[in-house]
Amino acid sequence: MNRTLLRVEQLTTVLEGGTRPLHPVDGVDLEIRRGETFALLGESGCGKSMTALSIMRLLPPVGRVAGGNVWLGESNLLDLPETAMRLERGGRVGMIFQEPMTSLNPVLNIGEQIAESVRLHDPGSLPRLRQRVTELLQAVGIPDPARRAGEYPHQLSGGMKQRVMIAIALAGRPELLIADEPTTALDVTIQAQVLGLLKSLQQQTGMAILLITHDLGIVAEMADRVAVMYAGQIVETAPVAEFFGRDGHPYSRKLFDSLPGQEKRAARLAVIRGSVPSLASDFPGCRFAERCDRVMARCRGEAPGWRVTGPGRGMRCHLAETPWEAAVELSGRAGPGIAPAAPDVATAQSDRHGEQLSVEGLRVHFPIRQGVLRRTVGHVRAVDGVSFEIPPGRTLALVGESGCGKTTVGKGVLQLIRPSEGSVRFGADELTRLTGAALRRRRSLLQIIFQDPFSSMNPRMLVGDIIAEGMRAQGVGETPAGRRERVRQLLTQVGLDAGAAERYPHEFSGGQRQRICVARALAVQPRLIVCDEPTSALDVSVQAQILNLLGDLQRELGLSYLFITHNLSVVAYLAHEVAVMYLGRIVERGTVEEVLQAPRHPYTRALLSAVPVVDPEGRREVIRLEGDMPSPSDPPTGCHFHPRCPEAEPACAGSYPRVTRLSATHCVSCLRVGGAGAD
Amino acid sequence: MQPLVILWTDALIFLLLAGALGFGFYASRREHLRAPWRFVIRSRVGLGTLVVLSFYLLIGLLDSVHFHPPADPAGRDGGTLHSSEVISLFDHLVSGLRSRQEKTYSAPLATHLYAKETIELADGSTVRDYPRLEYGGAHLADPERDWLWSVLGLSLIGILKGLALSLVLGNLLLIFLTLRRGCSFEFVAREVLGGRCAIPWRTGLFVLTLLLVLGMWSAELASKFHLLGTDKVGEDVFYQALKSIRTGLLIGTLTTLVMLPAAILLGIMAGYFRGWVDDLIQYLYTTLNSIPGVLLIAAAILMLQIYMSNHAEEFNSLVERADLRLLFLCLILGVTSWTGLCRLLRGEALKLREVDYVQAATAFGVGHFQIITRHILPNVLHIVLITVVLDFSGLVLAEAVLSYVNIGVDPTMNSWGNMINSARLEMAREPVVWWSLAAAMIFMFTLVLSANLFSDVVRDAFDPRLRSSR
Repeated sequence: MNRTLLRVEQLTTVLEGGTRPLHPVDGVDLEIRRGETFALLGESGCGKSMTALSIMRLLPPVGRVAGGNVWLGESNLLDLPETAMRLERGGRVGMIFQEPMTSLNPVLNIGEQIAESVRLHDPGSLPRLRQRVTELLQAVGIPDPARRAGEYPHQLSGGMKQRVMIAIALAGRPELLIADEPTTALDVTIQAQVLGLLKSLQQQTGMAILLITHDLGIVAEMADRVAVMYAGQIVETAPVAEFFGRDGHPYSRKLFDSLPGQEKRAARLAVIRGSVPSLASDFPGCRFAERCDRVMARCRGEAPGWRVTGPGRGMRCHLAETPWEAAVELSGRAGPGIAPAAPDVATAQSDRHGEQLSVEGLRVHFPIRQGVLRRTVGHVRAVDGVSFEIPPGRTLALVGESGCGKTTVGKGVLQLIRPSEGSVRFGADELTRLTGAALRRRRSLLQIIFQDPFSSMNPRMLVGDIIAEGMRAQGVGETPAGRRERVRQLLTQVGLDAGAAERYPHEFSGGQRQRICVARALAVQPRLIVCDEPTSALDVSVQAQILNLLGDLQRELGLSYLFITHNLSVVAYLAHEVAVMYLGRIVERGTVEEVLQAPRHPYTRALLSAVPVVDPEGRREVIRLEGDMPSPSDPPTGCHFHPRCPEAEPACAGSYPRVTRLSATHCVSCLRVGGAGAD
Repeated sequence: MQPLVILWTDALIFLLLAGALGFGFYASRREHLRAPWRFVIRSRVGLGTLVVLSFYLLIGLLDSVHFHPPADPAGRDGGTLHSSEVISLFDHLVSGLRSRQEKTYSAPLATHLYAKETIELADGSTVRDYPRLEYGGAHLADPERDWLWSVLGLSLIGILKGLALSLVLGNLLLIFLTLRRGCSFEFVAREVLGGRCAIPWRTGLFVLTLLLVLGMWSAELASKFHLLGTDKVGEDVFYQALKSIRTGLLIGTLTTLVMLPAAILLGIMAGYFRGWVDDLIQYLYTTLNSIPGVLLIAAAILMLQIYMSNHAEEFNSLVERADLRLLFLCLILGVTSWTGLCRLLRGEALKLREVDYVQAATAFGVGHFQIITRHILPNVLHIVLITVVLDFSGLVLAEAVLSYVNIGVDPTMNSWGNMINSARLEMAREPVVWWSLAAAMIFMFTLVLSANLFSDVVRDAFDPRLRSSR
């Protein structure tokens, strides 16, 4: 027992202020041993962050801890006076947050911010404060730490800021580091860097990490033990190896099944119906009962207690009482969840008569203006010569890190941003040359679904009006009554109640809103939809619902998608072709098998290797990319990727490599693949 | 000659009222607009200040219905003859206050003038003393002995009347609530008086009672005395202060009416279209902003004065002249004050044009005008509303300052600014005449304070950032 560092007993937190008090944390027990990584997994709104904040006693003003104990070593954190607690925060317990952008003070240089923490929590290092700051920066892998200490947060990239946050947390030599979604705001390659850093720091200092995340991949790669949280309770605890290996709580199982991936391509994803219940409601029975497909009569009436199911394992489910074999039988891993769907390629083939989108040499340059006369002193080359085609009924996934210009490509295709150069043809029309009314008429062909379901609908309009807006503008459906009828159809088609038309967007959850956005796009009968990260703001289970919907629509209507994403497992699940972008250019393009199975460009390989994978056998050696993506206003000479490329040769700095065709569909821009001779 | 006179400002204020009622009707059917107003009504400060403001509004509106009063002798050929004088409905209601003019200064509730005069006694000898007022306390036989009792008696009657009136109104409210909710009168009464309703009726009733008692009390006293004294030419100061309410309200609201179209249109256009439109509008308001406002106002008012003296025949009465000047002041204040809101709206429109739903509308081929009216305008309305309510009190104060430097409303028009302006000399005089200034201060202070408190509540209700923390 002396290896236990943190023991949380029956922690209950209440948030007052609403019409009814919420219970975001409702009787949570957990135990973290020294030196281990403990992952707290769950969808948003399940109380993960509130648990961490309750442990740190950093609850918002409306919140209070209603009961329970938090033992850190020998002291009960909930009984400490505030002055003593202040020493613990940042001292024995460090914390890093999701948003490194807002966690640093923009007017102090980072050296001072780290020094502040050292002064407070590590008085032993005071005589050599500067040296200690440099050490800390070195420890988190910031190159040239002595100079960097004098820089301000805005001079650092997101990944660097998160490293500084970690350095601040390390300054107090913590025994426990609480990391609340530390990499959610970062790109995969940067995420791999930060996760690697956390791991190596843990090995050096022996601290324990409480890792809060919603990403099963991160859990699989980082954690020793995992607890699954659902609606304010921990529903399952297990060592990671067993957690992914054997049957557990139905909720955890469903989470695995709803993860998209290549092996599930031909089928619909398993979905958890509905969404996380409100934490204000009373739960007479199991909290998951409404969404569980193995629900029994007993689940609705009687709340399941905690049952130990093995060494270090336990869960909160009535099924835990049934013998394991029977449970396995019942669940049937590949059973009802994954229903085979009609092969999509055949449908797509039959729909060839439609129109094809072809983009040739698309460039979007934003001028940088300076001085009184606003003269153009340079250009941000957001998109710099991108070409691709999307045949009808197919999906092209555009993959890349943030800032590589994927969204700009999408908006350039839709003429929401007018391209500086290049052509966008859809069917017979050259969209870049159309203006005014002519362009407005063609707009119904191409539609867009945005990433953020909260900002993509006017909060002042009824859902029905939102959907009907495009129809009115495009003259689809002559009479208001006809349009209302069509709105009802569309809502049913995307799986919502037809009565939704009479309500406001804020009454819907994220997933439902995204469905409304799909319905809105469908209202004008488009042939191609640009999906700009449509699922990245959603939870895994809801993501599966939307991906299924998009898949169904493609099969039924023969839509084409330009799918912009950074999530490679989504790509593997639903794309036909993939284009990988780096700094405004496509570096590799091909069918999904070609690119994901046999990537040729070093960047593609690095990107693929950085994605955390659940399945231990599917794991690749992570290719660590150094540094961050350069600015598109001043791209490196030669191959844009060569400063970060692990396989770079001197020649790479010379000129941008030509496109090399490896097969009819697969092409790569890399000197090492194309061989010499590129000019 | 028409008995009813519609002055420019009257027309505009009733137009504004109609507009406000129309907006109220529009908002009542839209949940996102109704919810913040519900919040305003449900806050105690909101309801309390609303009652105070509606008293001011009532007086202002009564004072905005102008007509020619019938001349005293009935017409010889059957029809009534109308005098050329223009008075308002309010003047008509308080005609006692208007007509009872003394010679010069008299203190509040005084029975004698504030200045000594040579009085001829019955026996022909003269004596220098404070003469009795013609109207103030004229009913008293012996002012020294009866004054206190008279004042106390009148106060008592006034307070009792006020209480009785508020009792009636309170019961009417309870009956209304009973009918609406369909439960027993007793239950509703207990809910309301216990403060257990969603809407703080108790606070509302309390403020209403307070105002009614105060109102009836002053009405009683003012019927026999000069409640707040008289000014240099012997006019009742209480009457002046009440008349000034309309001026204050007009300046506060009409100016907004003038500035809103320019601010909204230009602000949204600048933010939405960017490019040269933005440059043009920005230069326009930056230039306008760098001219001192007082200078512009002085120039405009002087120009108007010259015009009026050259075209004296176009104005039928003094009231019309003063009215035109007031309107002009509103216009010019509007011209100088739209830039702030315009800048705010430009920033908001810059942000909104990049928001996904505007982009989505563009992707549908929705026209610019539609995007502005359907997507941008409804989403900046809360800013407009907050600015309007916040600006109101500032404008009321601005009027006082401008009148003080003689470029405000017409000197013949009753306004708090003019009262303060004349107080400049009164304060320098020995003994000091303080009541003009005090009266103007009390009335202005109450209005501005309640407007400020009310605007605080409105801002809290409409500001989306504050809404989440509630």
